[in-house]
Amino acid sequence: MEGQHTIHSFDEELRNLTNHIGGMGGYAERMVEQAVSALVSADTELAKKVIEDDALLDQKEREIGEDAVFIIAKRQPMASDLREILGAIRISGDLERVGDLGKNIAKRVTAISEARQPVRLFRGITALSDLALAQLKEVLDAYASRSAEKLGFVRDRDEEIDAMYTSLFRELLTYMMEDPRNITACTHLIFCAKNIERIGDHATNIAETVYHIITGNTMPPERPKEDKSHRIVAPVPGAGG
Amino acid sequence: MEEGGKTATLWLRALRARLLRYRVPLLAAAIALFGLDLSLGGNGLGAVIALACTALVTIVLAEDGQALSPAQPSAKGAASIDSMSALDLAKAVQDPLYIFDSSGTVIYANEAAIGAFGPIAPGVSLQLKFRAPEMHDFIGRVLKEETHQSTDYAERVPFERAFRVSAVPMGKNSGLFVLLFKDQSEARRIDRMRADFIANASHELRTPLASIAGFIETLRGPARNDAKARENFLQIMQSQTSRMARLIDDLLSLSRLEAKPYFKPSERVDLRSLLQGTTDSLSHVAAEAGVKIDLDLPNGSLEVAGNRDELMQVFENLLENACKYGSSGGRVVVSASTVDPSSGKTITVTDFGPGIAEEHIPRVTERFYRVEVEPNNVQKGTGLGLAIVKHILTRHGAHLSIRSKLGEGSSFTVHFPPG
Repeated sequence: MEGQHTIHSFDEELRNLTNHIGGMGGYAERMVEQAVSALVSADTELAKKVIEDDALLDQKEREIGEDAVFIIAKRQPMASDLREILGAIRISGDLERVGDLGKNIAKRVTAISEARQPVRLFRGITALSDLALAQLKEVLDAYASRSAEKLGFVRDRDEEIDAMYTSLFRELLTYMMEDPRNITACTHLIFCAKNIERIGDHATNIAETVYHIITGNTMPPERPKEDKSHRIVAPVPGAGG
Repeated sequence: MEEGGKTATLWLRALRARLLRYRVPLLAAAIALFGLDLSLGGNGLGAVIALACTALVTIVLAEDGQALSPAQPSAKGAASIDSMSALDLAKAVQDPLYIFDSSGTVIYANEAAIGAFGPIAPGVSLQLKFRAPEMHDFIGRVLKEETHQSTDYAERVPFERAFRVSAVPMGKNSGLFVLLFKDQSEARRIDRMRADFIANASHELRTPLASIAGFIETLRGPARNDAKARENFLQIMQSQTSRMARLIDDLLSLSRLEAKPYFKPSERVDLRSLLQGTTDSLSHVAAEAGVKIDLDLPNGSLEVAGNRDELMQVFENLLENACKYGSSGGRVVVSASTVDPSSGKTITVTDFGPGIAEEHIPRVTERFYRVEVEPNNVQKGTGLGLAIVKHILTRHGAHLSIRSKLGEGSSFTVHFPPG
């Protein structure tokens, strides 16, 4: 990246932009992590902090957008520089959504932790969020190290998240049928799981953007992605199971 | 002869160092001499000669009693400390270490850093590599204040790690900084391990304990004189206690694994002999389950980087599961593939049992997750075997993939990274 342009400050501006993406990514990662940890440990204070942090992430996105427009207007970049800048705008959009999803999880903490919940409800959520966070870290690392090799792998792993989500959906449904007192918590938890699953989707989007920034091509299409939870029904007792 | 060569290189290095050290006065002298010579109407030759003399004096003149000949090696083969650079020192440090400049660009990462945080492309800024908010603040503070700073840094994925990070400017006004990571994971993990162990153990042991307590109550009360029930109950109690013992073993082994610091496996393990050994040691389990284990390994090297004991545990767990849950198939096959050397080796353990339903597959490596089977089979596992497998494989940079079809059997494939 260094010293490609005769105007040194252009490099500086591009570098600043990518650094801001890095900072934003770190923030989004942290928000999701803290939201899930607040959920599992019923920590309403931490949840409040996550909700407040979202404003900062929104502001970061606006700043990146402004910087990007400024660079485009001032330098009229082409080819890889233009990809870099447009990519930054797209990635910041995805990261902002990730933050929103994290915030939404944090908002549900109060409702869920009103009554004490059995540990088993949360086991799947933690595992699911670890998967999504690993994806997010992997794509942002690829963005930092400019290596496109691992990106295909990231996208394939998104299937794993979808499968896990479907299974979790089924499990939570069972708990609701077992005991109606579980319904409040489980309904909120299903939304949380869905949010985490969508964080995985945003990671996949970022993977595609990063691939485009690095190679200039779009990622080869092989995306049989869908979760199957829309087909799950709770078995009606006495209907032969 | 070789000794002479070494002295010559040392001497040349000292010469260069000295010329470099005095480059500013030498340059000033050169400009002054040329200016003087040209203003006096000379053609510059006089200045060149004068400059050569100055340089010679600089080289030969001893400074602070230091002899020109490079400091003699104090012990045989040891180089003088003057001739070593900061890079030599950075290479020798066993903790992750980065050198970066005043814009935050990474200039050098030592081997420990690459091992711990992966390779980093030259010119990448530190803020992009370490994205956590506290690291961003920290790096910003270091670059702004140019003083010694330190902070704590923790990572959750791919596995939990914690570091004490400190940064210092190098020398005076060099514009370079050193960033050093000290691994604190062990202390933190041991703390967490204790808490987790107690939580998990108490939760998982409560159920079998409650059932044993129930049986004892029945045996002392209503079933006091019922010989048949007594035999039956004692049998169940025995299987419950042996399950509790297994559970404690598994919990301990998982906790021990978690407390171990992360390492980059350097040992080479021959999977062929390892698999052979594992199969032999499990022959009684296989015989008990009425299962025959077939080893179907191709010719050629089956070596991977890893820890022998840990990998042994991986295949023991996989094979034991295959025998336990796939016993109805009567046969377990261990196969290996090295199709494409660049994509790494894979080992697959296949059983021909009832298979795992699709919705359970992504979950089976979770702790204490059990696939609901017929009630009399519930007691077979501890729910930790595959969690242990997954943990070990993550430490090896390897991963597990599971394919299964109901009624046809399951296959568990371990993918090792290339190299």
